[in-house]
Amino acid sequence: MNERIFGIHGAALELRSQRMGLLTSNIANAATPGYKARDLDFASALADRTSGASQAKTLADNTLYRVPVMPSMDGNTVELANEQIAFAENAIAYSATLSFVQGKVDNIKRALKGE
Amino acid sequence: MPAEPMNLFRLAQRGMSAQMVRMNTAASNLANAGAVARSEEEAYRAVRPVFQSELDRASGLSTVRVTGTELSNAAPTKRHDPDHPLADDNGDVWEASVNESAEMVEIMESARQYQNLVEALQTAKQLMLDTLRSK
Repeated sequence: MNERIFGIHGAALELRSQRMGLLTSNIANAATPGYKARDLDFASALADRTSGASQAKTLADNTLYRVPVMPSMDGNTVELANEQIAFAENAIAYSATLSFVQGKVDNIKRALKGE
Repeated sequence: MPAEPMNLFRLAQRGMSAQMVRMNTAASNLANAGAVARSEEEAYRAVRPVFQSELDRASGLSTVRVTGTELSNAAPTKRHDPDHPLADDNGDVWEASVNESAEMVEIMESARQYQNLVEALQTAKQLMLDTLRSK
């Protein structure tokens, strides 16, 4: 039902929100020794989710460890600049997806009102 | 395990608290830089917080926990100063083992990471509000 109305965008919004959590975790652990930064492979996660995999399985399969440009001596692989860029990009993509979802809802409302 | 479910706000709050502990210890160390003691045991040693990440399996979020604070292994410096009121029988005093530049760097790095968290939280909050207000 949800898929029929919102198409790909419902799943995309959920995944964008999950990715925001992962990136915030990375930023929060910027000073934790031995912490390995994680990120979501968004394209393959969305492909899995739209082909019927459950949310939990999609996240488990597509959450990967980030490869650092230059590893630090304490084993932490968070590179703050990269995390900030990823976070900003993800926030904009979330906004875009949200406006697609809103557009769908507006369409249905217009159809119901018979405008 | 926390009783409440983990969310972005709790995550950022814990990260900010951890950074605050770090800033407080660095400030304590700076305040005690140059402090002098009668013996090596009494001399001030720099304090460092120990961070550990904590994965919340239900939400997949990783928070930070300060497992404790530890004293630095750097030995206090012995200085020969017979006129000092705290000097021992050999005329030596022990100075606190604090590297002031290292503490300043620690505070600057901590402040940057704190700011980063605040910004991430603001963005996340705005997006949540946008989602909530859409009808």
